[in-house]
Amino acid sequence: MRPTVPKLINILVPVKRSIDYAVKIRIASDGKGVDTNVKHSMNPFDEIAVEEAIRLRERVPKSVTSITALSIGPAKSVDTIRTALAMGADSGIHITVPDNTVVEPISVARAIKAVIEKRAGGADKVDLVIMGKQAIDDDSGTTGGMLAGMLNWGQACFASKLDVADGGKTSVTREIDGGLEKLEGQLPLIVTTDLRLNEPRYASLPNIMKAKKKKIETLKPEDLGLDFAARLETISVSEPPKRQGGGKVENVEELVAKMKEAGVLLGASGVNGDLRPRSTGGWGGKQGALTVQQCTRPIVVHWHS
Amino acid sequence: MLSKLLRPARSLPSRAIYARSFSTSPIARGVQEITRPAIDTPLSLWNFTEEENMIRETVAKFAQDVIAPRMRDMDEREEMDPEIIKGLFDNGFMGIETPTELDGAGCSFTSAIIAVEELAKVDASVAVLCDVHNTLVNTVLRLYGSEAIQQKWLPGLATNTVGSFCLSEPNAGSDAFGLQTTAKKDSDGGYILNGSKSWISNSAEADTFLVFANVDPSKGYKGITCFVMSKDMGVQIAKREKKLGIRSSSTCVLSFDDVKIPKENIVGEIGKGYKIAIEILNEGRIGIAAQMVGIAQGAFDHAVTYAYQRKQFGKYIGDFQKMGHDFAEAAIKIEAARLLTYNAARLKEEGRPFTQEAAMAKWYASTIAGEVTGAAIEWAGGVGFTRDLPLEKYWRDSKIGAIYEGTSNIQLETIAKLLRKQYIS
Repeated sequence: MRPTVPKLINILVPVKRSIDYAVKIRIASDGKGVDTNVKHSMNPFDEIAVEEAIRLRERVPKSVTSITALSIGPAKSVDTIRTALAMGADSGIHITVPDNTVVEPISVARAIKAVIEKRAGGADKVDLVIMGKQAIDDDSGTTGGMLAGMLNWGQACFASKLDVADGGKTSVTREIDGGLEKLEGQLPLIVTTDLRLNEPRYASLPNIMKAKKKKIETLKPEDLGLDFAARLETISVSEPPKRQGGGKVENVEELVAKMKEAGVLLGASGVNGDLRPRSTGGWGGKQGALTVQQCTRPIVVHWHS
Repeated sequence: MLSKLLRPARSLPSRAIYARSFSTSPIARGVQEITRPAIDTPLSLWNFTEEENMIRETVAKFAQDVIAPRMRDMDEREEMDPEIIKGLFDNGFMGIETPTELDGAGCSFTSAIIAVEELAKVDASVAVLCDVHNTLVNTVLRLYGSEAIQQKWLPGLATNTVGSFCLSEPNAGSDAFGLQTTAKKDSDGGYILNGSKSWISNSAEADTFLVFANVDPSKGYKGITCFVMSKDMGVQIAKREKKLGIRSSSTCVLSFDDVKIPKENIVGEIGKGYKIAIEILNEGRIGIAAQMVGIAQGAFDHAVTYAYQRKQFGKYIGDFQKMGHDFAEAAIKIEAARLLTYNAARLKEEGRPFTQEAAMAKWYASTIAGEVTGAAIEWAGGVGFTRDLPLEKYWRDSKIGAIYEGTSNIQLETIAKLLRKQYIS
C-alpha cells in the first residue's frame, strides 16, 4: 500500500555549503580551523534531504505545493542553493554572511525558525522541514533537534524512511542499534535525514538550465532580526595522531593475546559480527580505554578515545 | 665617415625602415587580422557561465560515481554498460545543445565540450560516445535538418536513442569524399542504398544513423548526400573491431544492402553532404580535443597522486626534482591544450571562423595526450605498467586522438593550407 501525501504541503529544506566530502582536510595555518580554500559542495546529508522532498512530490503529483531551499552562508552559498534548485526545489532563500563567518548550530536553528515564523499563517507556511542530520564539516548534529525545541514541533531524527499520509500523519523509520524503530507523528514536523534514506539524483542538464529561472530571495540576518555573533571560540584544531603501523591476526585468540600484551584489554561481553571499531570519533590510533565484547567469535571491538 | 652614413639608401633594409609607416608589404599583411570588436574588460578563458560550472560539476560527479567503478571491467569486456548509456540519457548528457522544445537541455556548445572533457577524465570510451552523439549526430540534424526531420529525430536522440555518424569507408578514410556507398533513385522517388561503412563509432548501440552516400557518382563529391535512418530500415553490422584503446566504445563495419530510404530522410540538400561533413567535422574536432585534454588530465591526476603516496629512498618519489619538473612540463602542456580547446569552442560559439583553431586544438591535444599519458606510466613505475592503475588504459585510449575525426596529418594540412592563404600574394 502506497501512502498518500496530504494535499498541498510546503517543505523547507535547509542546505549547507560545506567542504566537499572527497577533499582531503588540512589544518589551517593559524591552527584554529581547516583550510577552506578548497572545493565546496552541498553537505551530502542535505542532498538527501532535497532528494526526499522531491520524491515526496513525485510519489503523489500535486501533493507538495513548494520546496524551498534555504542556505546561510557567504555569497558562494548561492551555488549550493542553485544545486538544490537544479535537483528540483522550486525557490531559494539565501541569508548572507561575510566570508569565513562561522554560523553556529544555534544561530542556524534560530534563522530557520525566523524564516518559518515569517511565513506562518501565509499560503506558504512551512509544514515540513527536511534537513540533514548533520553537516560533514563540524559534525554537530544538533540543529534539527534545537529547531524542533524552539518551534515546539515534533522531531524525527536520522530517518531512513519517510512517509507522509493524507491528513499529515507522518511515519519515520530510524535505524537503531539492533534493528529499526518506527515513529509516527503529525505535521508540522522536523525530519533529519540519515545516509540510507535515499540516493540523491544528479542535477540533470535540462534541470540546470531550468534552475537559472528560479528565484532566490536574498536576506541579511538583520532582516530577520538575527544576530549570528559566535558564542563559542575555537581554541585549536589539530590532526589526529598518526596511526601506528599494525599487524594482521589470524584468529580471535591471537587478537586477544596481542591486546593483553599491549595492556589494552579491559573486559569482554556480548557478541556481534563486526571487527571494526564502532566509535566514530576514536579511530586515530589513540589508545584510551578499550572494551572487547566477545568470546568465541565473532567479536566487536569498541575503542574509546 | 659621416658621408658614408649619409649616403643615399641603396640597400633593402634602409628602404624598409623608411617605408615602415605606410607599409603595404606582404609580411605585414601576413599577420592574422584581428576582426573582433574591442571590449572593455577582456576575460580569461577560465570564465564560465553558472550553468557551465554546474554542468561540469554534475558530469564530473556522474563520471566518478557511475563510470569509474565500471570503467575497468568495460575495457576488459570491450563493451559499454547499458546502465551508463541510460544514465547519460537520464541526466540530459545526450541532448546537450538540443533545444528544450525538442526534449534537449538547450545548453551552449562549450557545455558539450566541458561534458566530454569531464567524461574523458574518467573514461574516454564514454566520452566519445557522448561526443559523437552530440557534436556530430545531433548537430547535423539541428543545423541542416528540416523542421520535420528535427521534430522526428531529435527528441529520441536526446532521451533514449544513440546516434551514429557514418562517413568513413574501407577506401575512404582521410579521403572521405572518395566514398563509394551509393544511393540510387528509386521509382517511387525514394533512394536505394548500397555499400559499406568502416570504423563507425557507437554503431553497435545506435539506432539512429546518419549515412553519407553518393546519389550521382558521375558528379564526384558533389553527389554526396546525407541520409538519416533507423537501424530497422536495414543497417547491418558486419563486424565489430577489436581495438587498442577506447575498447568499450563500439567501432563496427556496417553494410547496406538495397536499403530503401524515403526522400524525406535526406538531411539538407541533395549533393550537399560533403559540405555538411566538412563543417561538422570542423566543430567535432573541438570535441575530440576536449576528450584528449580529459585523458591527459585524468592520467596526470592518477599518476601524480600516486607519486605523492609512493616512497623510495625515504621520500615521496614526486619529491625528486626531476619528477617535479616532469609534472610541471606536463601541466603546462595540458593547460595549453585546454586553452586552445576552450578558445576554439568560444570562437565557434561566437560565430567566428574557427577551422584553424579547432585543427590546432585537436592536433595539439592529441599530441600531448600521448606524451602525458606515456610519461604518467613511467612516473608510476612498475605499478603504472600493470592494470592496477588505469594509466596504461589512458595511454592506449590517447592513441585514437591522432587518428579519428581527421588524422594529425590532416590537421596539419588544414592549418598549413590556411596559413598559405594568408601569406601567398
